[in-house]
Amino acid sequence: MEYEAVIGLEVHAQLSTRSKIFCACSASFGSPPNENTCPVCTGMPGVLPVLNRRVVEFAVRTALATSCTVQKRSVFARKNYFYPDLPKAYQISQYELPLALAGHIDIELNGGTKRIGITRIHMEEDAGKLVHEGEFAGAQASLADLNRCSVPLMEIVSEPDIRTPEEAGAYLRRLRDILVYLEVCDGNMEEGSFRCDANVSVRPKGQEKFGTKAELKNMNSFRNVEKALEYEIRRQIERIEDGGKVVQETRLWDAAAAVTVSMRGKEEAHDYRYFPDPDLLPLMVEEAWVEELRKTIPELPGEKVARFVKAYGIPRYDAWLLASSRSLADFFEASAAVYGANPKVTANECIHWKDAVAAGRLTPETIAHAVEDRESGAISATVSKTLVELAIETGKPIRRIRDEKGLTQVSDTGALEEIAAKVLAANPKEVESYRNGKAGLLSFFVGQVMKETRGKANPRIVQEVLKKKLGV
Amino acid sequence: MAITREEVLHVARLARLALSEGEVDRLKDQLGNILDYIRQIDSLDTRDIVPTSHAVEMGTPFRDDAVHPFGDKEAILGNAPDRQDDFFRVPRIIED
Repeated sequence: MEYEAVIGLEVHAQLSTRSKIFCACSASFGSPPNENTCPVCTGMPGVLPVLNRRVVEFAVRTALATSCTVQKRSVFARKNYFYPDLPKAYQISQYELPLALAGHIDIELNGGTKRIGITRIHMEEDAGKLVHEGEFAGAQASLADLNRCSVPLMEIVSEPDIRTPEEAGAYLRRLRDILVYLEVCDGNMEEGSFRCDANVSVRPKGQEKFGTKAELKNMNSFRNVEKALEYEIRRQIERIEDGGKVVQETRLWDAAAAVTVSMRGKEEAHDYRYFPDPDLLPLMVEEAWVEELRKTIPELPGEKVARFVKAYGIPRYDAWLLASSRSLADFFEASAAVYGANPKVTANECIHWKDAVAAGRLTPETIAHAVEDRESGAISATVSKTLVELAIETGKPIRRIRDEKGLTQVSDTGALEEIAAKVLAANPKEVESYRNGKAGLLSFFVGQVMKETRGKANPRIVQEVLKKKLGV
Repeated sequence: MAITREEVLHVARLARLALSEGEVDRLKDQLGNILDYIRQIDSLDTRDIVPTSHAVEMGTPFRDDAVHPFGDKEAILGNAPDRQDDFFRVPRIIED
């Protein structure tokens, strides 16, 4: 029988605010243990939470960028459970009345685009972190660091519209790109600022009713999400084929063993006893505020790609590589503004040197001049690469380096003829083979001439000169 | 009888309360009374009424996104029964 998977994803994105969601402690990562704590985030009696305006702004902007409807009134609720990383014994989240509903993201697949629905977006606070004392199983205590307690999170829940691990990966990458473009989240999955849980079930193809789902956790990279889903889909299908049943449970991805492992189905289903937090009045988001925030939404990756393809005539794939980073895309446009005759080559150069661009070690002029000089024949491709490397190293303008080092390309036929004659005289055997039909040797001769000129010769003219001399 | 014994024990477990037999019976009656009292609302037609979560008619106030460190880590850690260096030391969690 043929099966298909039904996948829904829950993303927790840490919002890049300075302070926590309900108190003025720093939300930064990597401080000494319990440095960023206060009576509010450690749940002392008598304290009151006060909502960080920027958290709402970030969540509203995300809602707008994913075509969600922002709710005029939303309510914070308490999710109650006991755990040592949660000093209040409840997490402040949103439950029945979240901030935003019913949006979507279009993902790009080999066969075109697909729309993935977004069920809801809400805000909540993170929990602290437990460090386990000692590595051994018999450890008696855990150590709690509450710095992360109350760091703002945004939860983005997708509809069960995803059918394959590849689609899941495409959705996550697109969502991450949007959040990074909006500058609301740094998108770092390894450090945990962008986390993903997956609900997955399988059903016979054509059946409408969903199968029993398992929830997958502990996947800390896009690749791991895809691998965990591949494994889990196979596991569920095999189970059904063997006459068994899929159990509703939470499973952890074990990246080292490349398997999902049951967290041992808790007999008692989670009973969080959500209720509206009496300490926080309803969140009112007026239309005027939403419209003001709408103006701050930058051109998003998908729109940018479409524009790059249309305006610059570059391949879609290259456009995506450029648009994967807002700064790289801006760099490309700045470079194409300096020299725009061949955006395809400019795009390739920007992609090739993207690390140096990200590190701020290249100016758009450097790439523009490198491409322009190459196109005009003033420098060769080899020299262009050398010059860009030198520009990165020294920070000097590329044309000054070119002139200082005398690296302008030799296109002077007379000078090249002399060198070509020398090369041919030094390799009589190869010349004979070539004349006997081994045409591939031409590139050998070109290479030798290039070597003689330290890469400065114009390869096209070298070829012409050589062909003439070899009498073809 | 508005609430069963099992429900009382379940709620007690969620709240990490160890109840004696006598307490279970007493709370069962008391909780039953509270539920019966609240249930009076069922006699009204509330279809078009928005549930009241807060009695005050205003939105939640905001604070600006500025960091003001509390500045007394010792006071925070000092409230805990046990610590190790600057960590809270807690019994190891055994999932049940």
